[in-house]
Amino acid sequence: MHDVLVIGAGTAGLTAAIYARRASKSVLVLEARGFGGQILNTPAIWNYPAEPGISGFDFAMKLYSQAETLGAEFAFGTASGFRAEDGGFTVPTADAEYRGRSLIIATGTSHRGLGLPGEEALTGRGVSFCATCDGALYKGRDVAVVGGGNTAVSDALYLSDLAATVWLIHRRDSFRADPADVALLGRKENIRLLLGTRVTGLVAEDKLSAVVLTGPEGRTSELPVAGLFIAVGMVPATGAFEGLLELDPSGYIVAGEDCRTSVPGVFAAGDGRTKDVRQLVTAAADGAVAATAAVRYVNSL
Amino acid sequence: MSVVKVNSGNFAEEVLGSDRTVLVDFNADWCGPCRMLAPMLEKVAAAHPEAKFAAVNIDDEPELAVRYGISSIPCLIAFRGGSEIRRSVGLIPPDAIAALIKG
Ligand SMILES: Cc1cc2nc3c(=O)[nH]c(=O)nc-3n(C[C@H](O)[C@H](O)[C@H](O)COP(=O)(O)OP(=O)(O)OC[C@H]3O[C@@H](n4cnc5c(N)ncnc54)[C@H](O)[C@@H]3O)c2cc1C
Repeated sequence: MHDVLVIGAGTAGLTAAIYARRASKSVLVLEARGFGGQILNTPAIWNYPAEPGISGFDFAMKLYSQAETLGAEFAFGTASGFRAEDGGFTVPTADAEYRGRSLIIATGTSHRGLGLPGEEALTGRGVSFCATCDGALYKGRDVAVVGGGNTAVSDALYLSDLAATVWLIHRRDSFRADPADVALLGRKENIRLLLGTRVTGLVAEDKLSAVVLTGPEGRTSELPVAGLFIAVGMVPATGAFEGLLELDPSGYIVAGEDCRTSVPGVFAAGDGRTKDVRQLVTAAADGAVAATAAVRYVNSL
Repeated sequence: MSVVKVNSGNFAEEVLGSDRTVLVDFNADWCGPCRMLAPMLEKVAAAHPEAKFAAVNIDDEPELAVRYGISSIPCLIAFRGGSEIRRSVGLIPPDAIAALIKG
């Protein structure tokens, strides 16, 4: 059994591993997909202290190497929950179980989908959640962006330099995005706005060929596009922990700045916790706080 | 056995004409998840000599990217006897990579 079992190898989880190892505790980090978390997709980070312009990949790699060099252990698997037993916690995955005297949940968030039939199967076949990742594959084609926040507006601006026409589809009449970016929309000739409009269907054979739109009067139409970029927000990746600890109505793990959850010995760190600012620097800070609290908890056993 | 770089010139011979199952990793230098996937792919390749592992840089080989309808990377496509048998998009762990070339 490890002293500290961390679920999620993003910025919060990897930082927690560093702090727990520095306190000489044994640490296992369980990760579902690959090291680094969400930031891997970002070409350049401009707001992390002392690392202006670092790429998401380099940031993630440095953080992972630092944790590994300090002696953190790693395993791949998707946690499906946890059980308190024998003075510790057991975390099951599809084909194994991991044990920790204390538990840090650092599973972050994932992209919210539209919930349309075929959406999952078409992801990577015309449906995308990341304009900076996939935009280059739509050079000279027509694409649509759905959403009305900062991500949707900046995705539309980014794609306008690559795609032929960018349709920006938003169910409301105005955007809740940075006003400077919204003003830029009007200056891009190839960005067309479809307001008061929802995406209500996907048309595809092998890959996406059009989206079904429902307009203000409830009338539907088909818009031919090669790509649909979905930018309608994030949801906490905490579904596996429902019913096991307190979540807020949106699914975030209820925990204050001390990262303590409703279950003693279980701590929450990073974007999956109730908080105001979801950034790398706050994820790293949570990792430090949660690990320090976990170490104290383990010492008190 | 390591991952071999392939291009439109040798794709037919190296991938489609291979007598082993071939897993092709479509990637690009600017793609963070692709770079995180690469060392995991190397490890899976070392553990699975019965299959062949190849990589295509989509910026160098746009024609192959279009031919295989790549619209998101990293994209792993398993080929057997010249046809696609499985496809996976996004960063996935080693077990899931290995599952793409199974039986
Ligand atoms: C496009 C984009 C750009 C951004 N740019 C910036 C920026 O410039 N500056 C900045 O400070 N912030 C930026 N952010 C925000 C930043 O990425 C997040 O705040 C940060 O990644 C949160 O870290 P985290 O460790 O909490 O979660 P994540 O990075 O999401 O990591 C969570 C990890 O947990 C794993 N996981 C999830 N569920 C399970 C499970 N059940 N079992 C096992 N593992 C699991 C995931 O695979 C993932 O690796 C950006 C975000 C996005 C999407």
